Amino acid sequence: MPFQIIINLVIAFIWMFLKNDWTSVTFVLGYLLGLVLLFILRRFLPGRFYLWSILAIVRLFLIFMRELVLSNVQVIKQIISPRLDIQPGIFAYPTELKSDWEITTLACLITLTPGTLVVDISDDNKVLYVHAMDLENSKEVIKQIQDTFEKAIMEVTR
Amino acid sequence: MSAIEISKIVIGILILIGALLSVVSSIGLIRLPDLYNRTHAATKSATLGILAILLGAFLFFWIVDGYISARLLLGIAFVFVTAPVGGHLIGRAAYNTKVPLWEKSVQDDLKNKQKQRVEG
Repeated sequence: MPFQIIINLVIAFIWMFLKNDWTSVTFVLGYLLGLVLLFILRRFLPGRFYLWSILAIVRLFLIFMRELVLSNVQVIKQIISPRLDIQPGIFAYPTELKSDWEITTLACLITLTPGTLVVDISDDNKVLYVHAMDLENSKEVIKQIQDTFEKAIMEVTR
Repeated sequence: MSAIEISKIVIGILILIGALLSVVSSIGLIRLPDLYNRTHAATKSATLGILAILLGAFLFFWIVDGYISARLLLGIAFVFVTAPVGGHLIGRAAYNTKVPLWEKSVQDDLKNKQKQRVEG
């Protein structure tokens, strides 16, 4: 992905040199032109067309914002409710992600989602130990949410 | 009503939500039973509260004064990156120094890992 972005920037600068016009409008025009060229030539470049990766990052960010708001609503409900009706616990969550970067992102996302907090990561990077605020009624939901997170992260780095 | 009036109302609501979230998270710090549950309250509600307050301040200076403060946006980004890491490290340090879970906790998978480490 970084390689394709650099090529796109170079094309934009070449466009500016060709037009002999040093304004941001020309730069944006050249960048869009480079985007079209890269899309046509995508078979010859390493990796997939980089716009899809950027779209995946944007999607991950939107999912993240939604989960953040939902998690706050849930935590507030539990704090304000008159009777403290929670069953906390630590459960092991096996992950399929490989690289350090992906696992760090997943851990940050889990920490900021409904009632879960990453407490420890196993030595071989295969299991995350997650502290859940309310284990019983949210375990299925948590699994589901984390599957969507893992999928979204994989979309970015595939 | 002009656009500025409407945006002022939105900004006011944003800052009020932020302040309320901060209050709720401090109530959570007092009410919840053990360290791990308190970390939940501290990391989540406080993060969103700070986000709402900073966003409100950013929009206020932008719309009312016409001044775009990139530092507020950077502040939002930094809080977002660092808050979960802080929560994770506090929880991990507490577990490794054997701070007990609440007695009503249901499950503890991490115990097995610690045992294996001692035996191996």
